[in-house]
Amino acid sequence: MNEAIQLILFLVLLAVLSPLLGKYMAKVFMGEKHMMKPVFGWLEKLVYRLSGIKSEEEMNWKTYIYGVLLFNLFGFILLFLLQMFQTYLPLNTEKLPNVSWHLAFNTAMSFTTNTNWQSYSGENTLSYLVQMLGLTVQNFVSAATGIAVVLALIRGLTRKTTDALGNFWVDMTRSVLYVLLPLSIIFTIALVGQGAVQTFSHYVKATTLQGTEQVIPLGPAASQIAIKQLGTNGGGFFGANSAHPFENPTPFSNFLELFSMIIISAGLVFTFGYYMKSKRQARAIFITMFILFAMGLAISLWSEYGHNNVLNVAGSMEGKETRFGVMNSVLWSVTTTVTSNGSVNAMHDSLSPLSGLVAMFNLMLGEIIFGGVGPGLYGIIIFVILTVFIAGLMVGRTPEYLGKKIEAFEIKMAILAVLAPSIVIKIFSAIACSIPAGLSTLNNGGPHGLSEILYTFSSAAGNNGSAFGGLNTNTVFYNLMIGFGMLIGRFGIIVPVMAIAGSMAKKKITPVSSGTFRTDNWLFVMLLISVILIVGGLTFFPPLALGPIVEHLLMNLGVTF
Amino acid sequence: MKTQAKIALKFLLVMTILTGIIYPLLMTGLAQLGFPHKANGSLIIQDGKIIGSELIGQKFDSIIYFCSRPSAIGYNPIPSGASNYGPTSDTLKKQVAARRVLFAKMNSIPYESVIPKEMIFASGSGLDPHISPEAALMQVDRISQSRHFSITRKEELLKIIKDMTEAPQFLCMGEPRINVLLLNLMLDKI
Repeated sequence: MNEAIQLILFLVLLAVLSPLLGKYMAKVFMGEKHMMKPVFGWLEKLVYRLSGIKSEEEMNWKTYIYGVLLFNLFGFILLFLLQMFQTYLPLNTEKLPNVSWHLAFNTAMSFTTNTNWQSYSGENTLSYLVQMLGLTVQNFVSAATGIAVVLALIRGLTRKTTDALGNFWVDMTRSVLYVLLPLSIIFTIALVGQGAVQTFSHYVKATTLQGTEQVIPLGPAASQIAIKQLGTNGGGFFGANSAHPFENPTPFSNFLELFSMIIISAGLVFTFGYYMKSKRQARAIFITMFILFAMGLAISLWSEYGHNNVLNVAGSMEGKETRFGVMNSVLWSVTTTVTSNGSVNAMHDSLSPLSGLVAMFNLMLGEIIFGGVGPGLYGIIIFVILTVFIAGLMVGRTPEYLGKKIEAFEIKMAILAVLAPSIVIKIFSAIACSIPAGLSTLNNGGPHGLSEILYTFSSAAGNNGSAFGGLNTNTVFYNLMIGFGMLIGRFGIIVPVMAIAGSMAKKKITPVSSGTFRTDNWLFVMLLISVILIVGGLTFFPPLALGPIVEHLLMNLGVTF
Repeated sequence: MKTQAKIALKFLLVMTILTGIIYPLLMTGLAQLGFPHKANGSLIIQDGKIIGSELIGQKFDSIIYFCSRPSAIGYNPIPSGASNYGPTSDTLKKQVAARRVLFAKMNSIPYESVIPKEMIFASGSGLDPHISPEAALMQVDRISQSRHFSITRKEELLKIIKDMTEAPQFLCMGEPRINVLLLNLMLDKI
């Protein structure tokens, strides 16, 4: 009963609040008057002045992407160096050694690409300084980068015969100051109120009731947790991520963290609606996402509550916390994988085979069901373009979206954006499955071992960051492979998306007529869902059959590995 | 491109100061003012000594205490973590069977009884501070016996369990649970 109430509360709040946030964000990004302007308006101007940004100048797609790439490159270098030299820097209260070069590479790539894959545990690897000056900063700006890119694409789709896609720096500044920062401030306070830690004190030595020594890690965690959830980053302050009692102390903090990882992505869909001046178009996309989300959730809940013949139990608690129980763990596992957040409150490695499959399939679809803040929306727009194209082929008419002709160039770019992550998942997994360096650090045998590898590269390519955590990836091989996987999964999509934005902006808008193929009705929603599932299904069915599906069948027979 | 590079560098610096220094410092200041106990780890201090944190579970395997959940890290928080054994893991199967036997034996209950799931499975953080009220109740007889409790003190203990059981938050969120460390601290005071 409780479970049902929480679930319904979550879904209803999502449907009710995301249009409101979407409207607010539309005002922010269109430069209209909004409620945060009087609070942070002065700061916006200050940021422009200090960074030398000419806020009234708009950019074409090439200048915009230069901004994106250069900013991310510098962010990567800074984060890499901070880790390599943390012993020489202040706020290293526990005297932690410098991070190895390959782990520093992986982590820097991970946080600049909004993935937040973690081959390490924060409490024994990173100083407070690196956590805040390195990771917290990238949590903000990588999320803002995603929002900026989708804004450029939206402008490309809704403006006509122009080069101007907005100003990258202005979009970044507004995302941080008016969306991410205010929400993070409120959220941090709420988290600390529930028991999350926020301090610069040393770790504490306690003598337990049974007389052993226990070292309790502390740190400025709450401020980082807030943005890691809101910005679909997902990198935990502590190793156990949001399963850690200091990171997610109560069921209420759990609910807030769950909700905060999906709300901005969902809101952005409605922001798109304001740019298109069509709520119906936005609603069609939202409903598509919502249906795919609900389908995955239903399968995952059914599987996790089902009976495990190996362990002789229904609803295993392995890797789960008492205060959350099974339902909240499953709801989180689905939410975090659709949104490209990647934080966890229960260990995905120990989920039932089909719940693990749902999580993995969400990653493989390319994080388009709500998705990351920004990437979720531009990802699904890629699928919208493909769907319009396929529908156009079926009826023999030139495909159009929002009155703009979809031509060979856009389709090529869209295919590139769909293929880039798929290549990472399949080829990198194949390499890891064939060499000792890939196989020697597995934690589970049989089909579950394959699942561990497959999940790892799906998470990297989807810029998700959650893991089948048994696989030890803090090795030269995995740190490098995952690092490059994240790079391709991020910029292998951003660059084609920006190219589409640039080419669409130049086009004319043909007025709606009776011959227009509609993209705002149920027929289109069903078509879009089919295209997403067929593309995902056909690409990934074979490895999924060898991993989680075989495991599910063998589990029913009671086979162990 | 050169102008963009210059802006990128300066913008990174500005953002680092704003979101990497000012924001966490401001949040720490507010947290320390508003919730000093929680912000510093909800520490439990008795006679000037730190016993632990209300939120971080401790290892309890002695017969005179309520047992905590199995932990893949033995409740050593540096670093936190789980077993990450999959649903068809042979090791997990053996562990679960052994834990069933241990719990039944320790509390003198029949082997085939339904043992609360959290007592046979390791938690996600390895630091789960809670168990279910059912799991606590199943341990009362054993603890009363080992502590030579009279009937009135045993009833006192049952009342403590009832009082310390945390209901789902706002009536609907999360699961009913009881904090093992706080419960054992109360137990010592009976």
